[in-house]
Formats: sequence, C-alpha cells, structure tokens
Amino acid sequence: MEFFIAILASILSDSAPIIFASLGETLNERGGVINLSVEGTMLLSAMAGFAVAFTTESLVLGFLAAMIVGAIVASLVAFGSITLKRDQVAVGFILTLVAGDLSSFLGVPFVRVPGPQIESLPIPFLRDIPFIGPVFFERDIITYLSFALIIGMWLWFYKTQPGLQLRGIGERPEASFARGGNVKLMRYIYILLGGALIGFAGAAFSLHVKLGWSHRATAGFGWIALAIVIFGGWDPLKVAFGAYLFGALRASATTLQSSGLEVPVQVFPLLPFPLMILTLVIFNSRGLDRVLNYLPLGARRALTRLLRSNPPAALGTHFEQE
Amino acid sequence: MTGSRNFLSRLSLSLAPLLVALLIAILLLVATGAPPLDTFAKLFTGSFGTSSKQADTFVVWVSLAIVSAGLLITFTAGQWNIGVEGQIMVGSIFATWAARGMWEQSGIVGIPVIILWAMVGGALWALLVAVLKIYGKVNEIFGGLGFNFIATAFNIYLIFGPWKQKTGGTLSGTEIFPEALWMPTLPELRVSPIAIIIALFVLVVIYLSLRGTLWGLQLKAIGKNIRAAFVLGVPTNPLMLSAYAVCGACAGLVGAFLVIIVHHRLIPSISSGYGFLGILIVLLSSFNALWLAPLALFFAAVSIGSTALQLELNIDSSLGGVLQGVLVLVVLLMQGIKEKVISK
Repeated sequence: MEFFIAILASILSDSAPIIFASLGETLNERGGVINLSVEGTMLLSAMAGFAVAFTTESLVLGFLAAMIVGAIVASLVAFGSITLKRDQVAVGFILTLVAGDLSSFLGVPFVRVPGPQIESLPIPFLRDIPFIGPVFFERDIITYLSFALIIGMWLWFYKTQPGLQLRGIGERPEASFARGGNVKLMRYIYILLGGALIGFAGAAFSLHVKLGWSHRATAGFGWIALAIVIFGGWDPLKVAFGAYLFGALRASATTLQSSGLEVPVQVFPLLPFPLMILTLVIFNSRGLDRVLNYLPLGARRALTRLLRSNPPAALGTHFEQE
Repeated sequence: MTGSRNFLSRLSLSLAPLLVALLIAILLLVATGAPPLDTFAKLFTGSFGTSSKQADTFVVWVSLAIVSAGLLITFTAGQWNIGVEGQIMVGSIFATWAARGMWEQSGIVGIPVIILWAMVGGALWALLVAVLKIYGKVNEIFGGLGFNFIATAFNIYLIFGPWKQKTGGTLSGTEIFPEALWMPTLPELRVSPIAIIIALFVLVVIYLSLRGTLWGLQLKAIGKNIRAAFVLGVPTNPLMLSAYAVCGACAGLVGAFLVIIVHHRLIPSISSGYGFLGILIVLLSSFNALWLAPLALFFAAVSIGSTALQLELNIDSSLGGVLQGVLVLVVLLMQGIKEKVISK
C-alpha cells in the first residue's frame, strides 16, 4: 500500500509539467491555431525560468520569466499565422528548432548548476484523509496548480459564456465573427495565454521535476504534449488523463528498469515516448472502429463518445476578417 | 534601367532576411559577451579556411543535399515528413546490419549492398508513416514523430544490446567497421568524391522528375488539392506512397553515408538533426529544386563553422542552429509582409 501510494503520488507530481504544456496547447488549438513550437518553447522557458530563479533567487520571478518567454514565442506563431497568414505548421516547426538551439546557446552558464527548487507544501487537514490525503495533498504548489488548471479549464470551456465563444472561434470563426466576436483578437489572446502555460510547463520542469538545467533537458516532452492533445480529443479532462497515462508509463519504465529484464537499461527512459504515440495511433486509427462495430449499439455509442472526438473544425485554417 | 532597378530591389529583398538574421546573431553574441566580428570570421574560416575544413563542409553538404531533395518530393505532395529523422536513423541501422553480415567482404561488394539495403530500410520506415496516414487517418506529423521515437529507442537498444562492443555497450557506438567497408575518400580528407557525385545525381533526378514527368505533375496536383486530384482521376494513394518511399530512400542513403563515410560505426544520435535541417532548407528554397544545392552548402558551412567556434572561441555550437533557424523564420515572415503590403 505504501509503495502504491508513493507511485501514484510521484506520477501526479511528475506529470505536472506535461499537464501545463498539453493544456496550454489545448487552449491554442481550441482557438483554431496549432502551436507546433511546444518542444522548443519548453526547452527555452525551462532554461530561462531556471536562469532567472537562480540569479534572482526568486522562484516566482523564475516562473514569471518562463511564462513571458512562452508568450513571446507564441506571439511569433500568432503574428506569422494570424496576421501574415503563413503556414502555422511551418512557423511553429521553425520556432521549435530556433528556441531549442537558443536554449542550448544561452543556457551554457547554467548547465548542472545547483539552484532553487519548489518545496513541498502539505495541506493541513486534507492530508489526513486516508489514501487520498497522502496521494493528492502532500505535494507542492505546482502540483496543486496543475489540479486547479485541469478543473478550471474544463469549467471555462463548458460552463462559461467566454468558453463557449472560445470553442466557437475554433469551430466556426465566421459564425463567431457574425455574432460580433473579434476572432483575430481572441485568437491572439488565447495563443498568448496558451504559450504562457507552455512556458510555465518549462519552468515546472527545471524548478520542480528535473531540478536544474542541462542541454536538451526536456527533450521529447514538448512533442509528447502535442500528441496528448490529440489523444485527449481537445477536452481538458481527457487531455489530463493522457498526461497521467504518460506519467504512468514513465513510472512503470523506471520500475521495470530495476527488475532485471534482458534489455539494456538505457532503453527504458525512451520507451514511454513510442508507447504513448502508439496508443494515440491505435485510438485514432480506423481499426478501432472495426472493433467497436462488434459491440452492442449502446456500448458502442458510449465508447465512441469517450474515445473519439474530432479536432476543432477550423484548426490550422486562416480566417479573413473583413 | 527599370530592369536593373528591379534586379536590385529583388536582390535587396532576398538579402534583407540574411541581414536581419545576422543582426539577431550579433545581438546574441554581444549579450553573451563574445566578439561578433571574430565570431563571423571564425565561422567562415572554420568552414572554408583550409582544405580539410572544406572537405568537412562538403561531407555535410552531401547529407543535406540528398535529404532536402527527398523532402522536396514529400513537400510537393503536401506532406510534412517530420519522420525523416527516424528514416535517416533506420537507414544507418540497416547499413550497419548489412555491414555486420559482410564483415569479411571486400568494399566493392560490400559498399553497394550496404547503400542499397539502407535505402530499402529508409523507404520502408517512411512507408509506415504513409500507410498510417492513408489507411489509418493518422496525421503524418504525429505518425512521423512516433516512428522517430521508436527508431531512437531501437537504435539505443541495438547499441547497448545485441550489437554492443566486445568490451561492453557504450555511448560511443558499435564496433568500428573493417576499413574495407569504409567509403573511399580523398587522401588525408574525409570527403568522398563518389558521394558528391551521387548527391549531384540525386539532385538532378529529383529536379527533372518534378519538372518533366507525369509523376511530378501528379505529385504537384495532390499537393495543391488532393480531393480535386482524386476526382480528376489521379491515383492519389499510390502516388502518396511513392512520394514517401522516395523521400525515405533518400534519407536511408544519407543514413548509409553517415555510417560508412563519417562515423564508420553506428552511434546513438546518428541522424545529427540533418533531417530537420533538410526541412528548413526546403522551406527556405520556396520548394524550388534549383536552390537546394546552394542552400545546402550554406547550411553545411554554418554547421561546420559553428563546431569550430566551439573548439576555438568556446562559443556554443548551437549558435549555428539559431542562425539557420532565424534566417528561415525571417524569410517566411517577410514573404508574408510582402504579400500583405501588395494586397493593400
């Protein structure tokens, strides 16, 4: 039981950065813009967040700097794709490479320097609930914020008027515009907010999970965050589930590593990445439909709704605001 | 007069992004306390200064030219083949596999088999992405990323597992190949004239097939509008598969060269990011095959020059990547600005 609680707790707190990144990207894509720069943005903001926290000795400033970096990269994606109508994928891809190299170039003085880190912050009373307490409420502020973000974003999307409008600009920007919404402005706002969240995710890596900065420290996680958004069907709760699933894969890879299997240990940290993408591929392929067809109609409908969702209809397209 | 002025304004328009990219690099250098002029001088002498540096630059050029030629095919078909990194890696894996089967063979038999086998490997790996895209409706970017991750994990598995050195698995890679299986190079230099000839041949074939064949025309059609092409009777699925196979074969060829010319063994990060650099080159070329060779030379020079920066001025070699990326970004954005100004 102790062991089980420890594993669950570590999955929850290690997944926090991926939660922030994938929900940030969800916000971008719900607004109709693919921000393919996540991988590079996370590298750069992880470096910037650590560097600022290290030099100013303030964790708050570190996270703020990381969010600003994330928003700046996102603003380039927004400017290139919304204002200049360039291919969103191209702009994001180039930015991923530039930001990644920039993180290596500017991060040299901070490689493997011991620096500040987030302290754990158990919540009184709640921590005493059996099982739930030690799993959820003996963590730190970043993990709590990740819980709050999941619930908050779901409520925002599905229970508020602006959330409805956000989904509108990703699905039918023309309709949203006809109802008096400023589509371009809203897209800019949401891509900057999403970018700031992705930047926050970077700092959560260097100040909360990995502790410190080294070249390419978050390599691969940005790409996984992008994949999780698709896996989660652009729904905050399902995206969070995908992020935790990836966390569980990583935890089991670490556990398997010490079990003496006849596979070189160097392979284990890499395994969750292809496994995650394979899961995504299986869930999104037509093969799954064939399996579902054997099920009774009611179960099939429920499962389809659970597993499937279409991307925002206007994702990746340009919008002419006349 | 207007002709020359036109030429001048066009020249300045195409030079402006380079200047902006240089300006950003200068700002970065000043911010990190490095001397900008020395750095740029070193960037040049580090890539063209001596005959051995020139040779190294052309070694990288071969890889970048071939991979960008392959990527031009998938881009023409409207596909973002991000899986190209994994395709290079699988090419290297297949090349090493073939080499292990021919450890005692002479180079005349061994090298062609290694190259062909690597091309088969790259093509197969690319076809996996294409099959998922066509029959599984999986976006090629994510299929490609997935197969990149698998290739990386499998490569590490081979290096530390079945193909580890007799003394044990290390990050330095597999056992060095017997010299008979090294691609012959110019004396004292790393560059292989045969590889340069093959790269030029690939560039010409890709250029001609896009320009003068039905296949090239149909690829352009599905790249512009795949539904319309299908309605007009273009066999979209076989074409898509062929585009991926060609790009994968080019990537596999690069993978073979990296193994038998550059490293003489399989190493963990064998693809060296050349696949992604190839994508940048194609984006910068505005999908024009004639531009690939000179742009690949420029990118190769920056890559080799920036490793010299690391060794001689202790400036991190990632500056080269920043310079390349910013250049492509500025070009892309300036095209957008130009169109916006014209439309007003």
